[in-house]
Amino acid sequence: MSTPMRPDHWQHDLVKAGEHKELNVLNLGPTHPATHGIFQNVLTMDGEYIQSAEQTIGYIHRAFEKLAERRPFYQITTLTDRLNYCSSPINNMGWHMTVEKLLGIQTPERVDYLRIIAMELARIADHIICNAVIGVDTGALTGFTYIFQDRELIYDIYEEICGARLTTNMGRIGGFERDFSEAAWRKIRHFLEHFPKKLKEFESLLVRNRIFMDRTIGCGAFPLDRALAYGFTGPNLRACGLDHDVRVMDPYCSYEKFDFTIPIGTGGDTYDRFMVRQREMWESLSIIRQAVEKCDRLADRTTYKADVPEWVLPPKEEVYNEMEALIYHFKIVMGESEVPAGEVYHCVEGGNGELGFYLVSDGGRTPFRLHFRRPCFIYYQAFPEMVKGIMLSDAILTMSSMNVIAGELDA
Amino acid sequence: MPAFTIQAERDQLVVDRLRAAFPDGVVADEQFHDMRCITVRKEVLHPALRLLRDELDFNFLTTLCGMHHPAGAGAEERLGLVVHLNSFRHRHRIRLKAYTAMKDPVFPTFTDLWPTTNWMEREAWDFFGIGFTGHPDLKRILNMEDFPAFPLRKDYPLEDPTREDKDNSMFGR
Amino acid sequence: MKQDALTPRPALGKPTIVPSPEGHSGPGFMTVSLEKAVGLARKNSIWPLPFATSCCGIEFMATMGANYDLARFGMERLSFSPRQSDLLMVMGTIAKKMAPILRDVYTQMAEPKWVLSVGACASSGGIFDTYSVLQGIDRVIPVDVYVPGCPPRPEQIIDGILKIQELVGQEGMRRRYSKEYEELLRKYKID
Ligand code: SF4
Repeated sequence: MSTPMRPDHWQHDLVKAGEHKELNVLNLGPTHPATHGIFQNVLTMDGEYIQSAEQTIGYIHRAFEKLAERRPFYQITTLTDRLNYCSSPINNMGWHMTVEKLLGIQTPERVDYLRIIAMELARIADHIICNAVIGVDTGALTGFTYIFQDRELIYDIYEEICGARLTTNMGRIGGFERDFSEAAWRKIRHFLEHFPKKLKEFESLLVRNRIFMDRTIGCGAFPLDRALAYGFTGPNLRACGLDHDVRVMDPYCSYEKFDFTIPIGTGGDTYDRFMVRQREMWESLSIIRQAVEKCDRLADRTTYKADVPEWVLPPKEEVYNEMEALIYHFKIVMGESEVPAGEVYHCVEGGNGELGFYLVSDGGRTPFRLHFRRPCFIYYQAFPEMVKGIMLSDAILTMSSMNVIAGELDA
Repeated sequence: MPAFTIQAERDQLVVDRLRAAFPDGVVADEQFHDMRCITVRKEVLHPALRLLRDELDFNFLTTLCGMHHPAGAGAEERLGLVVHLNSFRHRHRIRLKAYTAMKDPVFPTFTDLWPTTNWMEREAWDFFGIGFTGHPDLKRILNMEDFPAFPLRKDYPLEDPTREDKDNSMFGR
Repeated sequence: MKQDALTPRPALGKPTIVPSPEGHSGPGFMTVSLEKAVGLARKNSIWPLPFATSCCGIEFMATMGANYDLARFGMERLSFSPRQSDLLMVMGTIAKKMAPILRDVYTQMAEPKWVLSVGACASSGGIFDTYSVLQGIDRVIPVDVYVPGCPPRPEQIIDGILKIQELVGQEGMRRRYSKEYEELLRKYKID
């Protein structure tokens, strides 16, 4: 077999040392079709090779943290939707669990399982986007068109659970607003049956595709120690070879009762990031399957919220007919439910890594301070170091494989 | 949600080490739910983080963020810096805090310990006006370069001032 | 594939051909007013420039995907260069930092051009009534059609596009040279 064509086999310095050499500046973004999201990179190029990159972000800064200081706790769920909008339910649940930790609410087992189903569906939806886009950036549009068809199945399930497709606002502090409907269960089971085939098909388009492999292996590799120093988490860290996953390291929401493996890569390159996400989708599928089984086996078939009337809206009929329910309804909607003072940090494994919520409450109706640990914001700063010395087209791939979501980046 | 585990022993170890190394550096030490929160004096924060990283295995800095406490209830107006550390080996998380008065809100940079704090510090500067000496490139990150204020301070209004379509008489704003 | 678990999708109909405008026709010829003929052509070959910044952009991706298939409306080709596009689709939050760039993109587009504002954020700032978010893109560029929703469903986006097509089809040849249009641009300080 001939030696693979890879940039590192070519001569980097096309212009020999001592010769007259000119660098040129290339502006990439903020609205460049190849950068999936809104951020600017000013690249200094030596021919096709990147010498340095300077990033500017903040083009969709929406002031979440300030906004959160003016919203009652239950209204912040709508804000978290818009952080990483590819996997809104994870953000929603993460926020609810943060508040539950502050309030000391213990959620019933079934609620945990329902949450896990929603969160793992979201993880699959998130990884589909990232991996499909890696495919598109290598020139394989087919995978994108195919897998997006089946991504709609996930949206169908969301719709059945909460009524929305993208910005789900799913669940409430203490559980869910309503139980999963019959149709929702049917759709989840259908998804579990149908989706693996499609995922397999998608995989077979790319995973062993010679062109795809040549294009992505070794592209944008990042060593583990640098990744840790830069605060990488999630699939990007695991691609570098460390099996760190918040679901396992700090289990929340009964993840400790589930059986799954953490896929890791070795080189931290684009292919590894792709493969880690791909494997994670399979793991997520298995987790959903386990959660559905566990739900089926539970004696309790109806609980969908913790017993905290202070926080979960009562059913509408009760509001109309019972005094107590009306009072609770009023209190919740007006944001008057009592909150203790204190601080909590809670993190969940989001689509891109450790999504943390640092909540400081002074006992008022709104948080005193809410800080989001947004994984994208933290790892995107490593981009200049990752692309130094590689080709421009590889930099684009590196960026798409890092899965930088503008909403999360700019908060 | 499982009942969270508190690593009381390691928490105590951290507090003891910090107290030993900086005799009057530790101002407060509280337990909030599952995490120990240690407030240190402003000058001590940097060496304390170095000590935790080098000697107590806190290899990972999770977040660094600013905070603003307006004056009131006997306290002066002050800015805070909150750092969350994580030790992957011990699965142990800890929170460190330091406060600074408004007149000199400057910390030494932490980028020499963890490069990841680069943008977090820029964010803290952008939002709260907390400065960091020795930072490689301290400028605003999310807002425009010429933004006139530090928006996350409590006295800065949230809402867009250019809107005319709001009828305040209806909403008590 | 078992279809029963899903909401059944409507069966595919016969492909439709765009109806020709009214006019006189005989064997081998047809006369219509130029305006109508041009309108027909323009309307069915809009090249959109997707200016997707955030969440709404993901719904746009879904709209482009196979299920909703934007290509049905003569929009197969997304034009990522403003110079060759007819329709600016603004999807997502536009922060104040982004506003000048949006204006630049708009001014780079060649006439005739239309603007579709997708989602609450682009139309009015949406839930982000904050110091950093532009309260509606119509503060910097003129907008033709607004699509409400946070995010709008793909069907709504398609509906917005159909509305744009209606506008495009009916636009008079002289509108872009009229006093009113000049006035409008002057109001936005675009020349
Ligand atoms: S309208 Fe809603 S979904 Fe669309 S960009 Fe704004 S917040 Fe996101």
